[in-house]
Amino acid sequence: MIEFTTLFYGSALLFGVLIIICALRVFLGPTTPDRVVGLDTINTLVVGSMIALGAAMWETLFIDIAIVYAVLSFITTLFIAKYLEGGED
Amino acid sequence: MTLTLAVVVIIILLYISWIFNGLGTMGLHIFPDVYTRLHAATKCTTFGTMFMSFTVIAYSTRLYIIEGEARFLNMAIHTFIALIALLVTNPTGAHAIARAAHKMGIKPAEAVKDDLEGADLQQKKPVMMKKKDTSNEEGDK
Repeated sequence: MIEFTTLFYGSALLFGVLIIICALRVFLGPTTPDRVVGLDTINTLVVGSMIALGAAMWETLFIDIAIVYAVLSFITTLFIAKYLEGGED
Repeated sequence: MTLTLAVVVIIILLYISWIFNGLGTMGLHIFPDVYTRLHAATKCTTFGTMFMSFTVIAYSTRLYIIEGEARFLNMAIHTFIALIALLVTNPTGAHAIARAAHKMGIKPAEAVKDDLEGADLQQKKPVMMKKKDTSNEEGDK
């Protein structure tokens, strides 16, 4: 039987492959919001892989870092959207 | 590990997480438009990462029930807080991106109907002007 630790390492690896596929959209995207959508997806996948690695290695610290990463990436996305809107509002 | 009911449930939750993250990444490349791409990528990826968190919560709770050490419960609570942070922040960011794209003037692809076409999204200034006009007229009367 497969152990759970192997499954969590495998899911972190799968998320890494998915992050590379999303990075293709960041490079290829025809318009700027396409690139921002790719970046947002990459951020969510990084949070998921951090949670998986935290469960695989039994480090609670990884999950704390995942919380902070989620909030910081949210603020980054909001500022990029604000910049794209333009105007003085 | 033997195949008890809890182990089967945890493995099913993990597979749901993998499938939805893969679908979200596929949708990012299949759809023709910013808005449809945003729809596919954000919804599916949030759902998949939610189920990753559910997997870790179920795994930690099972180990806490079996072995009774406090660090397993600690892991479950921290993962629950990460899940709540993800649920609050991710749809808000997606809404901000869609609003920025519509304000930049990017049109949806042909198969999509734009309900906001020609709509004035900044309604603050005209409303203020109308109020000023009516007050002036009432003052004149």
